[in-house]
Amino acid sequence: MFDSSKVRQDFPQLSRRINGKPLVYLDSTATSLKPYAVIDKEREYYTKYSANIFRGIYKISEQATAEYEKAREKVASFIRAPSVNEVIFTRNATESINLVAYSWVGRNVAAGDRIVVTIMEHHSNFVPWQQLAGQRGIELRIWNTNSEGELNINDLDKLITRKTKLLAITAVSNVLGTINSIKSITKLVKRLNPDCVILVDAAQAVPHLPVDVQDWGADFVAFSGHKMLGPTGVGVLWGRGELLEAMPPFLYGGEMISEVRVEQTAFKKIPHKFEAGTPNIAGVIGLGAAVDYLNHLGMNQVRHHEEAMLIYVGQRLAELPEVTVYGPRDARRKDGVVAFTLQGVHAHDIAQILDGQNICVRAGNHCAMPLHLHLGLSATARASFYVYTTKSDVDALIEGLKKVREVFL
Amino acid sequence: MDIYREVILDHYKNPRNFGHLAKPDTVAQEGNVTCGDRIVMEIAYQKQPGRTLIRDIRFNGEGCAISQASASLLTQKVKGMDIKRIMKLTVKDILVILGVSLTPTRIKCAVLPLEVLHKAIEKVH
Repeated sequence: MFDSSKVRQDFPQLSRRINGKPLVYLDSTATSLKPYAVIDKEREYYTKYSANIFRGIYKISEQATAEYEKAREKVASFIRAPSVNEVIFTRNATESINLVAYSWVGRNVAAGDRIVVTIMEHHSNFVPWQQLAGQRGIELRIWNTNSEGELNINDLDKLITRKTKLLAITAVSNVLGTINSIKSITKLVKRLNPDCVILVDAAQAVPHLPVDVQDWGADFVAFSGHKMLGPTGVGVLWGRGELLEAMPPFLYGGEMISEVRVEQTAFKKIPHKFEAGTPNIAGVIGLGAAVDYLNHLGMNQVRHHEEAMLIYVGQRLAELPEVTVYGPRDARRKDGVVAFTLQGVHAHDIAQILDGQNICVRAGNHCAMPLHLHLGLSATARASFYVYTTKSDVDALIEGLKKVREVFL
Repeated sequence: MDIYREVILDHYKNPRNFGHLAKPDTVAQEGNVTCGDRIVMEIAYQKQPGRTLIRDIRFNGEGCAISQASASLLTQKVKGMDIKRIMKLTVKDILVILGVSLTPTRIKCAVLPLEVLHKAIEKVH
């Protein structure tokens, strides 16, 4: 296992002092910090070969293009994509999901058909389907969780019918940390209806667990770079090649065309068909460096580390009987995310008092309002872990929560 | 400065004018979705020649200490006040009542009760 206190030295923001005190960053589920390797790689592009890609005949443009495509290869092998051409760069997971909503669902799902989403989805994998369903007369069915925030696979018998064209599901809940068994789910869905397409929101999975899209057996997988140590403004959509090839482009413009005449345009092949306009070149190259960094740590080790943090925070939170934690109790079925409430204190006040000690946690509904309504909660506080989280971060959180208790109770 | 002053915690734990009116003249509700705050204001008017006063007021809902204390303090301030004057109250007045300085995200919590109050008055006047 890697030593997280050594890992911390790679993250410049962690050496920052605010009011003379160190930063305790427990909001990696919102966005991760960036290591020098990523920052330096972006800087390398801007200082050494800052040129547009795919068009320059000159050396630095060739170099930028090579680095951009090398990042695609790195991402493809990171998620075990069968072909590098199935990896499309977008702005973020939200754009990846919208791409599928417009280019695949918009063309293949009609009035009277059904889309199934889970109640634990982030708004990014909920609102596009809700809106599309409303506009097209598509039936939107919700797959609910039990009180521990887990899905019952037996519910699929009723949810997946001949009419079900899409299942949109997150691999990991950004609130409860629930790890869904995507492989068993896709297996059963495909048995119930081989034509039902499965889109997996992997924004919280790819940064934290080993992911193998072939093993999952899904059709589309979406995730963001900024939650996996990469830059903001770059996301990924992986899709099965035959689906992507049959889909029309999402955005039209430069870079995605092979020939344009006044009467008609011929588009490039995948993945470039879906990458209109000058992309976030520096961001993509930086994401490649983030993948290298995670590979260097090892994704199994990343997962083990977060599980260890989860077990430790569970032990320490037991000192605070006023605290209620949501989601699976078994750390093996939970990602490094802890959503909780403290009796008598609103989540916002918890976060505010913790911020007084430079402890960063999230408060609110974490872009998962349907889930909060389902669980009967107006707001929760959330602490989340990553490769640089140490036991002393957890200790600081516990001490911080004791202070919250002092102020309010 | 500590935003959890004694007075704010007191109004959060023991909110004044909390609950419902038997016969309100106007009711409005607003939420701050990202934080999960929700405030309802119920008002009973007292009409006088040339002016309308707030005869009685209640609030209810849920939320953080800032939003709830702000609502409690605001109801105390506006009872008996001319609604024309209430419509002129701004964020600044709220911060004066609370006696704290707040970051932009928390100002939203503090000002929510005033927004609901304005909405209620605009609905029925």
